[in-house]
Amino acid sequence: MRFRPAGPSALLVEVDSLDQAWALHAEIARKRAAGWAPSLLDVVPGACTVLLDGVPDHGRAARDIRSWTIPPVPAGSGPVTEIHCRYDGPDLPAVAAQWQLSVPEAVRLHTSIEHEVAFCGFAPGFPYIAGIGRGREVARRDSPRSAIPAGSVALGGEYTGIYPRASPGGWQVIGQTTAVMWDLGRDPAALLVAGDRVRFIDVTP
Amino acid sequence: MTGCSIQVARPGALTTIQDCGRPGYAHLGVPRSGALDAPAHHRANQLVGNPPGAPVLETTLTGVAVTARAAVTVAVTGAHAAVRLDGRRVGLGTAVAMAAGQTLDVGPARLGVRSYVAFSGGLQIPPVLGSASTDLLSGLGPARLAAGDVLDLGEAAAPDGPPVPGGGAAVPGGGAAVPGGGAAVPGGGAAVPGGTLAAAGFPPRCPQAGVPAAPVPGERAELLIHLGPRDDWLSAVGLAALRGAAWKVSPQSNRVALRLAGAAPPRSRSGELPSEGLVAGAIEALPDGQLVVFLADHPTTGGYPVIAVLDPGSLPVCAQARPGLTVTFRIA
Repeated sequence: MRFRPAGPSALLVEVDSLDQAWALHAEIARKRAAGWAPSLLDVVPGACTVLLDGVPDHGRAARDIRSWTIPPVPAGSGPVTEIHCRYDGPDLPAVAAQWQLSVPEAVRLHTSIEHEVAFCGFAPGFPYIAGIGRGREVARRDSPRSAIPAGSVALGGEYTGIYPRASPGGWQVIGQTTAVMWDLGRDPAALLVAGDRVRFIDVTP
Repeated sequence: MTGCSIQVARPGALTTIQDCGRPGYAHLGVPRSGALDAPAHHRANQLVGNPPGAPVLETTLTGVAVTARAAVTVAVTGAHAAVRLDGRRVGLGTAVAMAAGQTLDVGPARLGVRSYVAFSGGLQIPPVLGSASTDLLSGLGPARLAAGDVLDLGEAAAPDGPPVPGGGAAVPGGGAAVPGGGAAVPGGGAAVPGGTLAAAGFPPRCPQAGVPAAPVPGERAELLIHLGPRDDWLSAVGLAALRGAAWKVSPQSNRVALRLAGAAPPRSRSGELPSEGLVAGAIEALPDGQLVVFLADHPTTGGYPVIAVLDPGSLPVCAQARPGLTVTFRIA
């Protein structure tokens, strides 16, 4: 574990993997519930980091965290959400070609994987869903699209993302879902949060 | 007494409603948002007897004009701008009494970018995730102001003394400083008679409470920075460049980020990082040499290396940094 200051009141804790980041994030949540670091405002998991915003005493926070025994989060233990997806996105043929698969094979691959939400970012309710794996990373488009519709299912790097609302974006759009990713009338407003498992169901007509 | 409201006569280039933002939701991808110049926001509220975190108007470069539909006390802080009540000049940074039908016009910023306009009783905005702030990155909160918009106000706290009718002079007890030297106005603070402000769902903690006010920058500004978390992505030459070089504020700057154009500080490695969490004031070094200083509406995660983070005291300077301003860094 490495501790990197992010300004006078935040600390970026770097670990070696997404699993370790989840385990640390879960332990921080338990410790907070028990009253640890009451000045904390935000705890943001990343791909292999956890950011603690609101810890002015870096040394004390780091000492505390080092002293913890952090139980691993068992893989595949989060709740499962099924996302119905029409695989008819404009970039699907290019993604299939990059994977050296036919379009139907690429769709079968994407629906056969049990994905997991690594973290949220970019926009409220936008999940970075890990699963397509190393070796199948998808490059961003050379020029971002100025408008990607809400519900677009898109690939970027080793992640699948789902756009909660229309926005510009550089990811490769492979499909479309009617799932509502962000709803302020719901608690939590985000449909998917870090640790959730995701299965994509092919509903292409 | 309810029913007081204001009507937007001239919305200006971009006027939004801001309070202390919505901390606590970054893990869902929700930006912090909130007033960019937090000390100016707090001060405007204190001048009219509101809790420091109450919602106010935040203008951008060209000011705003509003008409009172009932008597209300207003205060304007932040950028240097001419403020007029029905055409007559009134003071900046003082409480001004507006009668029903009078129009307050905050002129274009002569120095700085953003003016803050507070109204006694506070703007009554249904909170979204605990905040009335407009978040321009994600679209949360109320829309930017448009001509004709009517905004409701809450009940004002009992003032310590009446503002001078017609404005121009200071609140009794000194216009430059609220009694108590910048602390809450007596009768203001957390408790508001009628509880209307408290009921509006302000965040219990203002993340930038206690940040000192900074002078509005003129030609140059020096920003205090703390290296890290990814300063190891800068070469020794890059680090020296960060100390010595000057950058210019780009016109592409907004509430999301201040963009600084200049010579690229050489990096010790190329590529991107796996996405990681960002704080307000994080300074990303982009491959093309631009520096991006994230402000209140910043995305919650990013993939470019954050080489340094602004000291909180420099955030208000960035809030008031006009395109073309020369910026240098001092490393804490």
